[in-house]
Amino acid sequence: MAGVKEAAGTGAQATSLDHQLVAFGVMVAFFLIAPFFIYPVFLMKVLCFALFACAFNLLVGYVGLLSFGHAAFMGMAGYVCGHAAKVWGLPPELSLLIATAASALLGLVIGLLAIRRQGIYFAMITLALAQMVYFFCLQAKFTGGEDGIQAIPRGRLLALVDLNQMLPIYFVVLAIFLFGFLLIYRTIHSPFGQVLKAIRENEPRAISLGYRVDHYKLIAFVLSAALSGTAGATKAIVFQLAALTDVHWSMSGEVVLMTLVGGLGTVFGPVVGAFIIIAMENYLAELGSWVLVTQGLVFVACVLAFRRGIVGELSRLIRKPL
Amino acid sequence: MFQWLGIAPQALFGQLLIGLINGSFYALLSLGLAVIFGLLNIINFSHGALYMMGAFCAWFLLTMLGVGYWWALLLSPIAIAAVGMLIERSMLRWLYRLDPLYGLLLTFGLALVIQGLFQNAYGSSGQPYEIPASLTGGYNLGFMFLPVYRAWVVLASAVLCLGTWLIIERTKLGSYLRAATENPALVQAFGINVPRMITLTYGFGVGLAALAGVMAAPIYQVSPLMGADLIIVVFAVVVIGGMGSIMGSILTGFGLGVIEGLTKVFYPEASNTVIFVIMAIVLLIKPAGLFGRAA
Repeated sequence: MAGVKEAAGTGAQATSLDHQLVAFGVMVAFFLIAPFFIYPVFLMKVLCFALFACAFNLLVGYVGLLSFGHAAFMGMAGYVCGHAAKVWGLPPELSLLIATAASALLGLVIGLLAIRRQGIYFAMITLALAQMVYFFCLQAKFTGGEDGIQAIPRGRLLALVDLNQMLPIYFVVLAIFLFGFLLIYRTIHSPFGQVLKAIRENEPRAISLGYRVDHYKLIAFVLSAALSGTAGATKAIVFQLAALTDVHWSMSGEVVLMTLVGGLGTVFGPVVGAFIIIAMENYLAELGSWVLVTQGLVFVACVLAFRRGIVGELSRLIRKPL
Repeated sequence: MFQWLGIAPQALFGQLLIGLINGSFYALLSLGLAVIFGLLNIINFSHGALYMMGAFCAWFLLTMLGVGYWWALLLSPIAIAAVGMLIERSMLRWLYRLDPLYGLLLTFGLALVIQGLFQNAYGSSGQPYEIPASLTGGYNLGFMFLPVYRAWVVLASAVLCLGTWLIIERTKLGSYLRAATENPALVQAFGINVPRMITLTYGFGVGLAALAGVMAAPIYQVSPLMGADLIIVVFAVVVIGGMGSIMGSILTGFGLGVIEGLTKVFYPEASNTVIFVIMAIVLLIKPAGLFGRAA
C-alpha cells in the first residue's frame, strides 16, 4: 500500500521537481553571496529562524497540527547548548548534538501528551505545556533565570573551524540550515511524508487504511522539535546567549507568523517569512512595543486576506508547488 | 490544629481565599471561552486582552470621568462587549467556513495589537485602582481575616456563573443557543436569526471577561500585561474541564484556583506550574477532559 502511494507521489513530483530545484538553487545562491553585501549576523539570525520556521511548518503544513508551543524546543535547546559549551566546556559540535537530542526528548514528552487531542485543543495543550517549560526555565538553576546564560564560547568546530571569525561561522550556520532544510524536504517527499499529508487531509480515512496515525504524528512532532532545537542551539552559539525570550509564548507566536507570512505548507515559505519578519523587527527595533502591534496587524491581515502567504501566492501564479 | 503541618492557619486560609478569587476569574473566563467556542467554533485568544481592557475601562471611567466602581461594573462590560461585537462583525465572521485554527490565529493577532497599544500608552507597570468605599474593611473570623472586597468577588462571580448556567440550561433563549451549537443551519431554518445570535454570544462572552477585569482591578493592579499570562492558564483550565459542559467549566475553574492556592502554601515552587501538571495528568487519564465529550 505504501508502495502505491509512493509511486503516485513521485509521479506528481516529477513535474514540480524542476521548479523546486530552481527555487532551491536561487535560495542557496542568495545565501552564498549575501554575506558579502548584508551584515552576516543578521543573515545568521535569519537562517536560524528559517530553520525554526521550516521545522514548525513540517507539523502545521504537512500534518495539520498547529503547535503553539514551539518556543519551548528552541529555548530549551539554547539553554542546553549554552550549558554544555560553557559549563561542561564541550566543543560546539557536541553541544549542538546534545541540545538537539534534549529538545527531541522534550518533543517526545510534549508530543505524547499533545497528540491525544486534535485541532484547536492541540494548539492549547502545546501552548500550556510550553508555558510550563517557561516557568521551569525561569526557576531552574542552570538557566540563570532572568540573566540567562551569557558569554557562551563559540569554540572551534571539529577543532578545525574557528567560529569566532565572521565568515567561517556564517558558512557553518548556512550548512546547518541547509542540512535541516533538505532533511525536511526529504521527509515531506518520502512515503512517510505522503502518509502525513493523508492524515492532514482526512485522519479517519488514514486510520481506516490501517495507518497507526498516532505513531506518524509523534514521529513528525519529535522531528520538528529536534530541528527546532538545532535552530535554537545554533542561535545560542551565534549570539553567545540563551535567554528567556526564546522560551516565551511570544516566540511561539513569532514562528507561527513567519510561516503564515511565507505560506503554510509550502517548502520555501518559512524561509521567506523568516527573512521578512526578522527584517521587519530589525527596522522597528527602536520602536519598542510597536513591534508587537505591527506583528499583530500582520497576523490579522494575513488571516483575513492573505492566507496562502507569499510563496503560496507565487506557487498559485505559476501553478506549481513551491 | 494546623501546627503539625508547620503552617499558620492565617497563611493557609489566606491562600485559599486568593485561590478562590483566581478560581473565580478562571471560571468567568473559561465560561466565556466555552460559550463562544460552542457557537462560533473559535477559540478566542483575545479573551485575556479583552479582560485587560475591561479593567482599563473601569480605570478610565474613574480617573477621567470620576465614574465609580459600581457604574464601571455595568458600563465597562457593555463597552467591551460592544468592541467584541464589532470585532465579530468586521473580522471573525469571515472565518466561520474555514479551519477553526484561523480563528485562533486572528484573535492571537488582535491580542498582540491590543496589548501592544496599551503597553505603548501605559508601559508595563500597573495603575492602582482603589477598592470602593462600601467594600473596604473586613471581618475577623478568628482563624483568618476576611477582607470584604475579596469575599464580594468570590460571591459575585459564583452568582454570575450560576446565572449564566441557568440562562443557558433552563431558559428558552438558552435552548436556542444550545440548539444552534448542535446544528446552526437547522435553527436558522426555524426562523431564528443565527448570525445575530452569534454576534450577541460573542459580545456576552467578552462582556463576562470584561466584568472579571473590573473585579480584578482593585485586587491586582491594572496593567497591560494582566491578561497575557492569565489566558494561557485559562486555556489549560479549558483543556482540563473540556468545553462540552457549562457547569464543568465553572467547577473546573473554581477547583483549579483552590488547588493552585493550596500549592502556594505547601509547595510554592510549583504554584506556577501546578495547573499545567494537572492538565498533563488529565490528558493521560481522560483525554477528553473531566466534563468533555469525546471528539
